[in-house]
Amino acid sequence: MNTAAAPNTRAGRLAARLAATETRLSGLVLPDSAGWLARARAAALGRVKAMGLPGKRDEYWRFTDPADLLTPEAKPAEVFQITDEPEMFMGIDRLKIVFVDGVFSPDDSDPLDGEGLEITRLSDVAATDIHWAQDLYGTLEAEGQAPVQRPMAALNTARATDGILIRVTAAVTRPVSLVYQRRGDCADLILHHLIRVEGGAQMTLLENGPGAARASIVTEVELADDAQLHHVRAMGRDHQRRAHTHMFARLGARAQFKSFTLTMNGALVRNESMVWLNGENGVAHLAGAALGDGMFHHDDTVFVTHAAPGCESRQVFKKVLHHGAVGVFQGKILVKQPAQLTDGYQLSQSLLMDDACQFLAKPELEIYADDVKCSHGSTSGEIDTDQLFYLRARGVPEDEAKQLLILAFLAEALDEIERQDLAEDMRLRLKRWLNRHAD
Amino acid sequence: MLEINNLHVKLEDEDKAILKGLSLDIPAGAVHAIMGPNGSGKSTLSYVLSGRGGYEVTDGTAKLDGEDLLDMDPEERAAAGLFLAFQYPVEIPGVGNMTFLRTAMNSQRKARGEPELSSGDFLKLVRAKAKDLKIDADMLKRPVNVGFSGGEKKRNEILQMAMLEPRMCILDETDSGLDVDAMKLVADGVNALRSEGRSFLVITHYQRLLDHIKPDVVHIMADGRIIKTGGPELALEVENNGYADLLSEVSA
Repeated sequence: MNTAAAPNTRAGRLAARLAATETRLSGLVLPDSAGWLARARAAALGRVKAMGLPGKRDEYWRFTDPADLLTPEAKPAEVFQITDEPEMFMGIDRLKIVFVDGVFSPDDSDPLDGEGLEITRLSDVAATDIHWAQDLYGTLEAEGQAPVQRPMAALNTARATDGILIRVTAAVTRPVSLVYQRRGDCADLILHHLIRVEGGAQMTLLENGPGAARASIVTEVELADDAQLHHVRAMGRDHQRRAHTHMFARLGARAQFKSFTLTMNGALVRNESMVWLNGENGVAHLAGAALGDGMFHHDDTVFVTHAAPGCESRQVFKKVLHHGAVGVFQGKILVKQPAQLTDGYQLSQSLLMDDACQFLAKPELEIYADDVKCSHGSTSGEIDTDQLFYLRARGVPEDEAKQLLILAFLAEALDEIERQDLAEDMRLRLKRWLNRHAD
Repeated sequence: MLEINNLHVKLEDEDKAILKGLSLDIPAGAVHAIMGPNGSGKSTLSYVLSGRGGYEVTDGTAKLDGEDLLDMDPEERAAAGLFLAFQYPVEIPGVGNMTFLRTAMNSQRKARGEPELSSGDFLKLVRAKAKDLKIDADMLKRPVNVGFSGGEKKRNEILQMAMLEPRMCILDETDSGLDVDAMKLVADGVNALRSEGRSFLVITHYQRLLDHIKPDVVHIMADGRIIKTGGPELALEVENNGYADLLSEVSA
């Protein structure tokens, strides 16, 4: 009797997937490292091999085909030169840390120190014992494998050679700014960042730039009690790039985590966020504005776990889609039994500018506590003709009226940006994008 | 100022005629009122004149100072001086009332080749006009019509009219949903704008608004046509006897 499971059963599919994963990873050599980092990488590779790499048939990848994220080589992507607007965050006083095609560039970066900050490169920690980093590296990623598997994040933990480790010990006002520049057409970037914000400390983290032809970025964030992290990310305008990011954040009591992402263009972008509200009265806001025209596939996949009482979470994701662009939102709020008085809010909306566009949304609530306030809404639609006519009847030309309405549609996401100057800058960039893509 | 001649309009998607040969001539400085029963086509007339989609003009003309209105986009009509105070003002979440007003004003100025208003001048102007209509700073800051009461929405319409200073104002059932005090406030706002160079077309179901905004001419509209024209006394007649007598009189 044949002991191998039939290929069309669940067990059979898993066996086939694990075999394919084994083949795909057979030539993989983990980065040279010793000590705790080597152990963390080996453990992560073990996780990948136990889960298998994702496939299109996975529930969690139903709307986004991971194939291009899995190929041994990144598909080439033309570097997009931006000449028509200032560099992102240019006017902001910030501590700049620059990566070129995924490699830290000391020449382009500021010195890695600042008051209240301890900054180290991942590639420099292998030999040293940085206890907090040792405790964090791969830990939240591993925890984030349940209830939904994220093998690509584990693969990043195993393979990342560069990244930045930041420990914040005070209320830091000058933002730390990670800049991902591109030079080559084929670069395949793998970065893994760690951020620990100590009790009562604060920081703003900026990220910008397309990164590479293909980017995998995992960030693990630990917020102690009363800590705050504000995260604002702009992913560049490259049309052909692919990116898969994971943001894992664990919050202590009264901690605040606010994250906003602006995405314009991109053949494939999947931003996953996994947030745990583990202490009382924590606050997590996740927001995004994504605009695409034509070859554009943007996926926001969010999972917020309320594990402690009195926490607030907000998800506000807005997409503007033109000419067959595709938007995906998978968002879940899980409220565990102890998390009484949870305030959970989730909104995902898209504006479809023509019939060829698609918005695929899977909003989910799973609630085990009985005294909670949770709401979710997901809509897709066109520009409201009554609103458009009202504006035109007051003399606003059609294109301008449309732009005003699209910006109004995006406003609720932009409102999640804490700093007004950053929000205004984003708004101007959105406006310019809309001008370039008005038809 | 506004000349409508033999206007025929049907719904775009349906073979349903709504206006069936309507003619109307409103000279500069005049206030005309149109009254009529439900379904007579009053609101359609206001929408067709302001350029809303969904209607098809099958015959006739509508001209503003000799210019063909029907050939213009809605924004061009607005810049030419036409203003419709909506029966149901539209809520626009995410667009601040001030931004809206300023964008509208400057769009019209731009279309007419006039310089844009500076933000200082604009603020001064909007504050003064808002005060007359008892519109507070909070209402100016809020998104357009969002969370406004019925009365606030109508006052906001009149504020827009006062700011944009159109030549031809169409008021579509501006009295609907207003209590007596709110109606007085709105009417005062309208009366303050009456001038030699500005005309009004006041569409209403009821005579009571016309107690406050005194019309020069009253038209009775039924089944897509003007069936009777007279002075203010015609409105009183409707108030006392209803439309039935007038309708039978015409069909007889």
